[in-house]
Amino acid sequence: MSALDTNLVPKIEMRNIAKTFGTKAVLRDVNLSIAPSESLVIIGGSGTGKSVTLKCILGLIQPDKGRIAIDGQETIGLRGREREAVLNKFGMLFQGAALFDSLPIWQNVAFKLIQGQNMKKTEARDVAVQKLEQVGMRADVADLFPAELSGGMQKRVGLARAIAADPEIIFFDEPTTGLDPIMADVINDLIVQCVKDLGATALSITHDMASARKIADHIAMLHEGRIIWHGAVADIDQSGNPYVDQFIHGRAEGPIQMAIRS
Amino acid sequence: MNPLAPVGRATLSLFEAIGRLLLFAALGLSHCVRPPFYPRLIWRQMIEIGFYSLPVVGLTAIFTGMVLALQSYTGFARFSAESAIPSVVVVSITRELGPVLASLMVAGRIGAAMAAEIGTMRVTEQVDALTTLSTNPYKYLVAPRLIAGVTMLPILVIVADTIGVLGGYLIATFKLGFNPELYISNTINFLQVIDVVSGLVKAAVFGFLIALMGCYHGYYSKRGAQGVGAATTNAVASAMALILIFNYVITELFFSR
Ligand SMILES: Nc1ncnc2c1ncn2[C@@H]1O[C@H](COP(=O)(O)OP(=O)(O)OP(=O)(O)O)[C@@H](O)[C@H]1O
Ligand SMILES: [Mg+2]
Repeated sequence: MSALDTNLVPKIEMRNIAKTFGTKAVLRDVNLSIAPSESLVIIGGSGTGKSVTLKCILGLIQPDKGRIAIDGQETIGLRGREREAVLNKFGMLFQGAALFDSLPIWQNVAFKLIQGQNMKKTEARDVAVQKLEQVGMRADVADLFPAELSGGMQKRVGLARAIAADPEIIFFDEPTTGLDPIMADVINDLIVQCVKDLGATALSITHDMASARKIADHIAMLHEGRIIWHGAVADIDQSGNPYVDQFIHGRAEGPIQMAIRS
Repeated sequence: MNPLAPVGRATLSLFEAIGRLLLFAALGLSHCVRPPFYPRLIWRQMIEIGFYSLPVVGLTAIFTGMVLALQSYTGFARFSAESAIPSVVVVSITRELGPVLASLMVAGRIGAAMAAEIGTMRVTEQVDALTTLSTNPYKYLVAPRLIAGVTMLPILVIVADTIGVLGGYLIATFKLGFNPELYISNTINFLQVIDVVSGLVKAAVFGFLIALMGCYHGYYSKRGAQGVGAATTNAVASAMALILIFNYVITELFFSR
């Protein structure tokens, strides 16, 4: 009975989410639900509010209206310990990596283990080194500082930090941007592995359609503040949606008009 | 358009800013007294504020004490009241100049550094990253700075008081021909506990204000390098203004009856 229940309750559910910055309506009416152990990829043009969507779910940005539920629990307006309990389920890779530049790499990766779970430092360091290896980095970067790494390396450290505490839900904001094609594929495999092996629920943002096809079960497209298409990855080539077609083929002509006048 | 509308908008945003600041201060303080604590971070801030401010505070204090003795001599000599110099120096330093000048110097140094550091963390999403790693930014970033500010400024002011009085003593004995023993005994006899205590209370309040302004402006920094620059300037300017205002208020509370 209870197993059935968890299959019915979406891991993440967003209903009618709207967010305006100043006079600019970024999200107008976002509805999205993600099943447990599903890997969903959000695609969409630059500046359409994909990162804002993730931050709304995490509570880093307060939506103007709408409801968000994690495991069936309403999360908007949660404070203190309840909010912490919800956030404990998450791991997040930020678009700009957002590493703590006052801490060495290994302490960045092990941050949640040390601060949140009071793990011993020596033990946490071992976990950190192991996670760094998973993202293709050698143990000798562990004692460097973030400013000493290249952009792509910082991204991978961010990834290692996001998965270090084995979260139930992982958000990846452009995990393969800035990586070479081979390393991008290593990261794709890693994301797939997190979902398959750990049973994690993954929500990723990417512009890289090869990566999207590899890591997604479902794909959702965000355009002008709404989810305009949501379907299985196998159906994306027959979506029948001109916006999706234009996006996945990367054509300049089509219904999506890019603002190229300044 | 209604000519009063801009006035109304400005008033509203002022109240909004004050409310936001008070809420920030209350949240920051509440995290100072609730576990978990971060002793390592508190210690690092204490070193940063207390130890590394010693040179600038010492320099300010010694020259202030020296000029105080020199000025009061040139003034008091006209009334043959030179013997009041030790007491004037010690009271001015402990009550007013020690706490105010030391705090203004620290505000320039520390307020700016705090706003720049937290502001950079804000715009590079490190503050958001803290939250997603189950660490409260108020607890991790704000509370250690507030604690260090409140505890370190009084210690710095004790140092400033001592060095300031020493500066006055040096000028008085070497340049103005005072008897050293007489100068010291005059200083000690005249000094009252309340002079020092009021100065230290001021220092603690000023330390809180410096750290609060640094954290607040950094935390609410606008995006981009310009945002961090503005946060830094605002942190220093507002801390200095608040120090001067609160200096008057505390003096009024202690000494006017
Ligand atoms: N904190 C904020 N304050 C003001 N505006 C914001 C804020 N965060 C995002 N925006 C605005 O919201 C819009 C969407 O931003 P977002 O970062 O979600 O885009 P995105 O879809 O992730 O784009 P990209 O693919 O380029 O990363 C942008 O126009 C941005 O300027
Ligand atoms: Mg983005």
